[in-house]
Amino acid sequence: MGFYTEPAFFVLAALAAIPAIVLGCAERSLRGYGFAASVVFLALLFMHTPMQMAALLFFVVLATLLFLFVQHLFASQRPHAVGLYRVALALTIAPVAVYKVSEVFGGNLLGFLGISYLTFKAVQVLIELRDGLIERMSVFDYLYFLVFFTPFTSGPIMRSRPFVERLHAPLSRSDYLDGLSLGLLRILGGATYKFVFAAFASWASWFLPQYIGTSTPLAAAGGEVVAAFFYGLNMFFDFAGYSLMAIGLGSVFGVEVPRNFRMPFLSVDIKDFWNRWHISLSHWLRDFVFMRLTRTLLKRKVLKSRLTTACTGYIANMTLMGVWHGLTLDYVIYGFYHGALLALCEVFQRKSKFYKAHKDQRWFKVLSWALTMIAVFVGFSLFSGQISQLVRGM
Amino acid sequence: MDAQTEARLLDLIEDICGDSVVREERDIDLFEAGLLDSMAAIELLVALETDFGVTIAPTELEREEMNTVNLIVARVAERL
Repeated sequence: MGFYTEPAFFVLAALAAIPAIVLGCAERSLRGYGFAASVVFLALLFMHTPMQMAALLFFVVLATLLFLFVQHLFASQRPHAVGLYRVALALTIAPVAVYKVSEVFGGNLLGFLGISYLTFKAVQVLIELRDGLIERMSVFDYLYFLVFFTPFTSGPIMRSRPFVERLHAPLSRSDYLDGLSLGLLRILGGATYKFVFAAFASWASWFLPQYIGTSTPLAAAGGEVVAAFFYGLNMFFDFAGYSLMAIGLGSVFGVEVPRNFRMPFLSVDIKDFWNRWHISLSHWLRDFVFMRLTRTLLKRKVLKSRLTTACTGYIANMTLMGVWHGLTLDYVIYGFYHGALLALCEVFQRKSKFYKAHKDQRWFKVLSWALTMIAVFVGFSLFSGQISQLVRGM
Repeated sequence: MDAQTEARLLDLIEDICGDSVVREERDIDLFEAGLLDSMAAIELLVALETDFGVTIAPTELEREEMNTVNLIVARVAERL
């Protein structure tokens, strides 16, 4: 059973919501029930794919053992703790790395739907244990954090500390009901995004180019632009719609799932875009990759200037983001492209006198917005493979 | 925090933000105003560690906990 895609899911989710709402209104903890419901939903998700279910179990057992090991390392201040922590970190990432490589060869080793999102969650817990930000987390809370079903397949990526804090401080009835009513609105809004707007954009992205035809080079080019535009809109409404439903259903279970989109098509520059698009991923990468990498580079004075360090950080971070989508040329180029755009934006905003003189003027903002949108939609067509297909066709 | 340390900290923040406005406007949101971003935030954390001996992990604080000059001063003061 697919999540948020087929009627059966919505019917079962509505049934599962009833006890949750009763518990929530009674100001009782939803921890035990939420965990049980998650296990049932994951069993349904992988019901027809036993290999994936086995891979999920393998990952959960491995990640939990490594989590306990690292927690013990830092709690007892063992010698070589940092070195052993790095080994544990590498082993936690290993399944997703093996899966991504096996995918290149047309196979599926250790992979299951949601593996990347689970890896993000497992990795951040280890890093925050090392930073001393998490002192103790129970095995139950850790497992529940990993398997909580509403954002399981595609995020948004939650953070463990707010999640655990909420588990142990159930909401008052009025706060729960506030969250619930907003959540139900989000589910309706998300469903409209996904099943109306995204479906329309998807249809338009193949129908309109066909309708325009390829009789003249101008028409052919126009058709490609229209296809790219509607493909981008489809990406947004599909993913933002899914995210809204995952957030909304989360609040039925008293869990605050973080926001994933904040009107990305209003971005005035590319940095702004990444604070509005797939926020939980870009902020995860910012906090656990970009900031760590640039911190190390700055501390060790590897690169001469702060600007070179920032640009290196942006490109490495976003290329990794591309690789994470899949080890194909299109995705890697997509990631590198966004890294390069962020680096350019950084250089321009730091160095350009023109920027500093005009950045607050209206015409500049409009121009900057328009250029950002062009860059963003070109990015989408790199992502979709449209551009590489055109290049190959030349 | 003594006056001398605070003056050093203000110098540092001004240097990283690249604007002397931070001395007067001590309650403006530095991220909103475009004076701080992820990279500048990391520079600040590294400088706090090397120059002030104050270690703050990248995800230790929410942005709302250190997005103004006064909040940064307060967070450093707590840890000195």
